Amino acid sequence: MSIANTKLGGLVAWIDERTPLTATWKSATRLAGYYAPKNVTFWYLFGTLAIVVLVSQLITGIFLTMHYKPNTSLNESGIPLAFASVEYIMRDVPWGWLIRYLHSTGASVLLILVYLHMFRSILFSVYQKPRELTWLLGMAIFIGLAAQTFVGYLMPWGQLSFWAAQVIINAFSQLPFLGQDFTIWLRGDYVVSDATLNRFFSFHVIAFPAALLWLLIHHVPHTVKDIRYFLAFLIVCVAVIFFRPEAGGYFLEYNNFTQANPLQTPQHIAPLWYFTSYYSILRSITYPLFSIDAKLWGVLGMFASMLIFALLPWLDKSSGKTIRQKGPIFKLALALFVVAFAALSYLGTVPTDPQRLLLAQICTFIYFAFFLLMPIYSRMDKPRSNEGRGAR
Amino acid sequence: MNKLFIRQILIALLVMPFSAMAVGIDIQLDRAPDRSHDQAALQHGARVFTKYCLTCHSASFMRYNRLRDIGFTEQQIKDELMYATEKIGEPMKVVMRRADAQRWFGVVPPDHSVTVRARTSALGPGEDWIYTYLRSFYRDPMRPSGWNNLVFQNVAMHHVLWEFQGEQVLEGDPSGKTHKLKLVTPGKLSPAEYDNLVADLVAYLKYMSEPSAGPRKEVGIYVLIALFVLLAFAIVLKPGFIKLEKRP
Ligand code: HEC
Repeated sequence: MSIANTKLGGLVAWIDERTPLTATWKSATRLAGYYAPKNVTFWYLFGTLAIVVLVSQLITGIFLTMHYKPNTSLNESGIPLAFASVEYIMRDVPWGWLIRYLHSTGASVLLILVYLHMFRSILFSVYQKPRELTWLLGMAIFIGLAAQTFVGYLMPWGQLSFWAAQVIINAFSQLPFLGQDFTIWLRGDYVVSDATLNRFFSFHVIAFPAALLWLLIHHVPHTVKDIRYFLAFLIVCVAVIFFRPEAGGYFLEYNNFTQANPLQTPQHIAPLWYFTSYYSILRSITYPLFSIDAKLWGVLGMFASMLIFALLPWLDKSSGKTIRQKGPIFKLALALFVVAFAALSYLGTVPTDPQRLLLAQICTFIYFAFFLLMPIYSRMDKPRSNEGRGAR
Repeated sequence: MNKLFIRQILIALLVMPFSAMAVGIDIQLDRAPDRSHDQAALQHGARVFTKYCLTCHSASFMRYNRLRDIGFTEQQIKDELMYATEKIGEPMKVVMRRADAQRWFGVVPPDHSVTVRARTSALGPGEDWIYTYLRSFYRDPMRPSGWNNLVFQNVAMHHVLWEFQGEQVLEGDPSGKTHKLKLVTPGKLSPAEYDNLVADLVAYLKYMSEPSAGPRKEVGIYVLIALFVLLAFAIVLKPGFIKLEKRP
C-alpha cells in the first residue's frame, strides 16, 4: 500500500508541477503571503470542495447543453420547448435524470459551500492585511456565482423561473439613470420572453463560466487534499441526489414543474433559497427617506447587502486572528448576524404579513449593523491574550 | 454582558420566524396509499388513465413504449392502451384540438406528465392532493358542468369518474370548517372500492411524473454502499497525501 501511496503522491506532484493552474496558484500565494494554520483544515475544506462542485457543474452543463433548447415557443401539446426539453432530458436521455439532478443539486450545494467558506473567512479574519485583494477576488466570485445561478434558474422555464426573473429584473429598473435602459437590454424585450431566455442561456454557458474561471485562477491560494473529507461530502450529496433531489422544494421548487405562464401570476413568488435573505431585505424596506422612494431604497438595500461583504477587510479592526482570540462582543455580533441571515433567508421563502415584516426589518437592521458598526465594536473588544491555543 | 440574557435573545430570535408561520389553510388532504412498487396497481392505473383521462389531458412527456417499465408487453400496450392511432414510440397526446378545448371548457385541460410533482405544496405531496381532488367532486347546480370540487373550487372539469363513485352533495359552508361531503346516489363501486380505484390511478400518475424515480433510488443505494466502502478504506489506510498543501 505504501508503494501505491508514493506512486499516487508522485503522480499528484507530477501533475502539480506541470499545470499552469498550480503555477498561478503559487504565484498568487506568494503575492498574498499566504499561510494557513494547520489545525483548521476542516474549515479550509469548503473552498476546495466548492471548486470540485464547480468542475462538476461545468461537466454536467456540457451534457445538458447538448439536449436543452432555449426556446419558449409551444409544441403541439402547448408546452414551451425549453420546459419540454428539460423533461426530455429527465426521461429520454440515458442517465439524463442523473445529470440534471447533479446540476440542480450542485447549484445549491455550491452556494452552501460558498456561504460556509465566507463564514470561515470571518471566523479567521483571512481578509486582513495583506490579503485584501484575495478577499475582493473572492467577493467577485460570489457575485459572479449569484449572477450565474440567477440566469441558470430561468433555463427550465417553469412558473418560478419566469416570475422570479420578472421580479428581480424589475428591481434593476428601479435604479436611477440607466436602470430602465439596462433592464430592456437585459431582457432584450419589454417583458421576460424568448429573447431573455436566449440571452440568459448565452450568459449561463459562456460568459459567466469564463469569467468565473478567470477569477478563480487568481483567487485560489491553496487547496486541501483529504480524500476522507471528500468522500464524506460526496456521501451527503449522493443521498440528496438519489433520494431527495428536490430537497423538500428548496433545491427544485415544486411550482417550477409548472410551465411558465406570463398570464398567470403565482400567489407567492420567491427566488431560490440562496437569494431569499437579500430578497427579504428588498421587501422589508418600506419607508421613503430623503425624498427617495421606498422601492428604490429596497433595491439599493438588496444590492448593498450582497456587496457589503467586500468591505470587511477595512471594517474589521480587531487584532485577534481567529475567532477564539476575538473578544465577546465580536462573537455576539457574529452570532446575531448568523441568526439574522438565517431568519431573513427563511422569511424570504414565505409570504409576508405585518408580523413577519417587522421581524424582517429587525433582522435587516441587525444585518447592516453587523457590518457598519464593526469598526467600533471590533476596536472596543478586548482580545484574548495569546494562550497558545489558537492557531497562529 | 450576562450570558443567560444573550442566550435568551438568540433563542427568541430563532423561534420568532417560525411562530409567525402558522397560516390558516383549512383544507385537509387525505393520504394517498403508496403503491409505487405494486405493478398490478400501476397497470390498473394506466388503464384507467388512458381510458378516462387521455381524452382531455395529454401526457406528452410519456411515451407509450415506456409502459414496459411497469410490466406491460408491447402487444398489450398496442391492443389495450392505445386508443388513438399513434405509433408505440409516440408520447401520449390528445386528439382534441387545443382551440376546441378552450372553447368547450374555458381552459385547456393541463398536460398530466408532471402534475403530481407540480401539485406538491404547503398542503402536502402532490399525490395526496390529486387523491383528495378525485374524491371531492360534488353536485353544484350553479356550475355549467353541474359539478364542483372541494379542493379546487369552481374547477372547469366535471366528475369524469362519477358513474363509479356516484353523486355527492356538500353539506355546510365550503369556506368554513363545518363542511362535509355526503353520498346521495351510490355509484357502481362502494366507497372503499372507489378509493381503491383512485389510489391506483394516482399511483400511476405519480410514476409518470418521474419514471426514473425507481431506478434512481436503486442506483443510489449501490453508489452509497460503494462510497461507504471507499470511506472505510480511506479512514483505515490513511493515504499519505492527506494534509493541507502548504505552498512555500
Ligand atoms: C372532459 C375533459 C376532461 C377529462 C375526461 C378529464 N379532465 Fe381533468 N381537467 C379538465 C379540465 C378542463 C381541467 C382544468 C380545470 C380548471 O383549470 O379549472 C382539468 C383539471 C384536472 C386536474 C387539475 C390540474 C391542475 O393541477 O390544475 C386534475 C388533477 C385532473 N384534471 C385530473 C383528471 C383525471 C385523473 C382524469 C381521468 C380520470 C381527468 N382529469 C379527466 C378536463 C378533463
